[in-house]
Amino acid sequence: MAQGIKDKVAILGMGCSKFGERWDASPEDLMLEAYNEAMADAGISPDQLGAAWFSTHMDDVGTGRGGTPMGIALRLPNIGVTRVENFCAGGSEAIRAAVYAVAAGACDIALALGVEKLKDTGYGGLPMATVGTYIPQWYPNAVAPANFAQLASAYRARHGIDAALLKRAIAHVSVKSHANGAKNPKAHFQKAVSEETVLKAPIIAEPLGLFDCAGVSDGAAAVIVTTPDIARGLGKKDLVTVKALQVAVSNGWELQSSEWDGSYVHTARIAAKRAYEEAGIRNPREELSMTEVHDCFSITELVTMEDLGLSDDGKAVQDVLDGAFDADGRVPCQIDGGLKCFGHPVGASGIRMLYEIYLQLQGRAGPRQLANPKTGLIHNLGGQPSQNVCSVSIVGLEGA
Amino acid sequence: MIGITAYGGYVPRLRLSRQAAGQANAWYAPQFASRKGTRAFANWDEDSITLAVAAARDCLGPAEDRSRVRGLLLASDTLPFAERLNAAVVAGALTLDDGIEAMDMGGTQRAALSAFTQAIARVQAGGGDTLVLAADNRRTRAASAQELEYGDAAAAVLVGRDKVLAEYLGGSTVTADFVDHFRAAGEEVDYHWEERWVRDEGIAKLVPRAVKAALAQAGVAAAEVDHFIFPTTFAKMDQQLAKACGLGPESVVGNLAESVGDTGVPHGLLLLAQVLERARPGQTIVLAQFGSGAQALVFRVTDAIDGFKPARGVSQWLARGVEERNYTRFLSFKGQLALERGMRGEQDKKTALSTAWRHHEALLGLVAGRCEVTGSVHFPPSRLSYDAKPLQDTQKPHKLADRPARILSWSAEYLSWHPAPPHHYGQIDFEGGGRILMDFTDLEVGEVDAGTPMEMVFRIKDIDERRGFTRYFWKATPVRGAQG
Repeated sequence: MAQGIKDKVAILGMGCSKFGERWDASPEDLMLEAYNEAMADAGISPDQLGAAWFSTHMDDVGTGRGGTPMGIALRLPNIGVTRVENFCAGGSEAIRAAVYAVAAGACDIALALGVEKLKDTGYGGLPMATVGTYIPQWYPNAVAPANFAQLASAYRARHGIDAALLKRAIAHVSVKSHANGAKNPKAHFQKAVSEETVLKAPIIAEPLGLFDCAGVSDGAAAVIVTTPDIARGLGKKDLVTVKALQVAVSNGWELQSSEWDGSYVHTARIAAKRAYEEAGIRNPREELSMTEVHDCFSITELVTMEDLGLSDDGKAVQDVLDGAFDADGRVPCQIDGGLKCFGHPVGASGIRMLYEIYLQLQGRAGPRQLANPKTGLIHNLGGQPSQNVCSVSIVGLEGA
Repeated sequence: MIGITAYGGYVPRLRLSRQAAGQANAWYAPQFASRKGTRAFANWDEDSITLAVAAARDCLGPAEDRSRVRGLLLASDTLPFAERLNAAVVAGALTLDDGIEAMDMGGTQRAALSAFTQAIARVQAGGGDTLVLAADNRRTRAASAQELEYGDAAAAVLVGRDKVLAEYLGGSTVTADFVDHFRAAGEEVDYHWEERWVRDEGIAKLVPRAVKAALAQAGVAAAEVDHFIFPTTFAKMDQQLAKACGLGPESVVGNLAESVGDTGVPHGLLLLAQVLERARPGQTIVLAQFGSGAQALVFRVTDAIDGFKPARGVSQWLARGVEERNYTRFLSFKGQLALERGMRGEQDKKTALSTAWRHHEALLGLVAGRCEVTGSVHFPPSRLSYDAKPLQDTQKPHKLADRPARILSWSAEYLSWHPAPPHHYGQIDFEGGGRILMDFTDLEVGEVDAGTPMEMVFRIKDIDERRGFTRYFWKATPVRGAQG
């Protein structure tokens, strides 16, 4: 039995760029913005970095392929830089690599950084992906909103939920995130929206309207990790340590067999179960202080509450409407505004989500600070519900 | 006895309102403002290949084993490929044996009748059952008479010796370079000569020669003919010909001009397929068509006629039509209106031909892999199964195209560029196993939901406009009754 990662690695520092339509910034500028904050937070110099992992998904704007874009942008001291790519879970993959390197003793201090510059691609929504030579010959020329919107039709069918009720519940998801994002100066969207605005927005992919979709934003986030001992040696207190890092990847079962009913994300349930075991969490509803989940679309967040065991199957609609995941609810979700308000610069999202939980655990989240949080969960979902990479990471105060 | 052993047809669901088209063009061509009825037109993802596949499936039904078909003749004047055997694409979609002979035929409006007599000759020579397909997806210029008169459709007959429904009694051909209209190689739209000359010097003189000679060869008296089929856009031309040939006026078969239009090469076989739905044993049918001369075929219906029904039949395809009053949609689907596509419409649709060949059974025939050990069905087929304990090289071909299917999940999105927005797709579950995330076609928002029964249709997947290549795959469409 593997020992797991719990409490073997601590966060030494983090940084996050302002997210948004960063017409003023190149990918290199965004990287530097996150890196400078993280290095200052960690209180170290570049020569103390042992290795780095670089998360980016799109290569359209010069950030992709290999480690050199980051090595050059940050003038890193010729350390190993590895590009990791796992769709929308790429940021969490970079964290995983850096944390594992430290836990293995391969290096003392490691950096993980994610960046994406979507606004220079010219697209509204995510740009078209290159998918090889076979898939385009039979697979629909699908876009993310429609892939995720299918959760809604299958969820309604599975649980016998009225279409208007589900539409209202997912509207609440967005209303809640916008209310939170309004308190976050780094969010792309910092304005609260009404339920009526969400419900009346133009349809992007049935039944998802404009406000059911994450924005298209530029951004970068960085984390520096080390061992708890080294962190303490550098004068750090109230350490935030890694409790669990789990990734589950589809093997084709969902998309090919007739057993999956399409109303939930299979890999999310597997990753969550493994993460809870690794972190020693038995009752996530009681033991998690907050979550940052992959709300690429509002329906994704809703079904994720069930996948993570925070709602019973078929009950997330009511829990959402009851405010269970609002800032003052049972387990606040997207206290920073989520992908809804930060947009989804693909490679950066996982690290940006960790950044919020790190701030909250350290009591540094300003006007959106929660009372005495101990643990937080980060969930990323890359690909589409029927064929994906899902990561579930848990961090918390040392000893929590 | 040699003759027709199965028949079928296909008429696209869309029917352009002639009134709507006339109104849209009234500023320019007021002479068309009073036109009545509709004409059938192909969806954006239909062409002569897909139309032919649809008619062939109507004819052959959902038979798992199609090995009795030994030849395929595809007649059309609007084939999408000048070089690439169009009939081979059709054969692949129908999962016909790759040992068959398949041919494209065209060049004249009566090409389907020529294909039929070639099929007869093949069967006589011991070549085995031969499938004759005819299809046209006709291009016209906006605000032309042809735009309103033409139609798109396909038809199919299987020619053989077993359980003959309509015996071939004889036929005759007049080959003449009488040019009523023409289309040079590489051109898209026909050029026409004066109608009265075509009618009086062409049709009225050439067709009776062919009909009379055919009746003589068949040994059938003109008065014995129960059904006379002659596709024409000229009012009462068919009745005039019947009279000229000594056929009774009641024998003249309605030519679907009001609802479908003149579909070109397939139109004669389409009308024949419709007649066979109601024909009685012992009745005699004459089918004639004009073009670079004329050709006529004579049939006698047998007792076996009551023992066969096409999967749907022309009458059901006719009943399923939906009137389209949006003239710009018609123009756009016919490639005559360049609508703004946005950035997502810039995507390169290049096809890797090596990949297409490697997977041709799955792509053209919708053939999945079924594990012989566990029964799990995989699309695309793979060497390893997704079963709890993966099994290697246990999958055998498993056809999905004719299996009942239902929607597991779906959406309709307005983000991507699509010729017929919103772009519908979703996960389809097949009876007996198998699931595919696939495009939907021929439907509107609100028409489907999780659980809706769907069926498979062979359609254009993408058009690579830069290189002139069309690729095909299967799409899901709602199972509709006669009035769907």
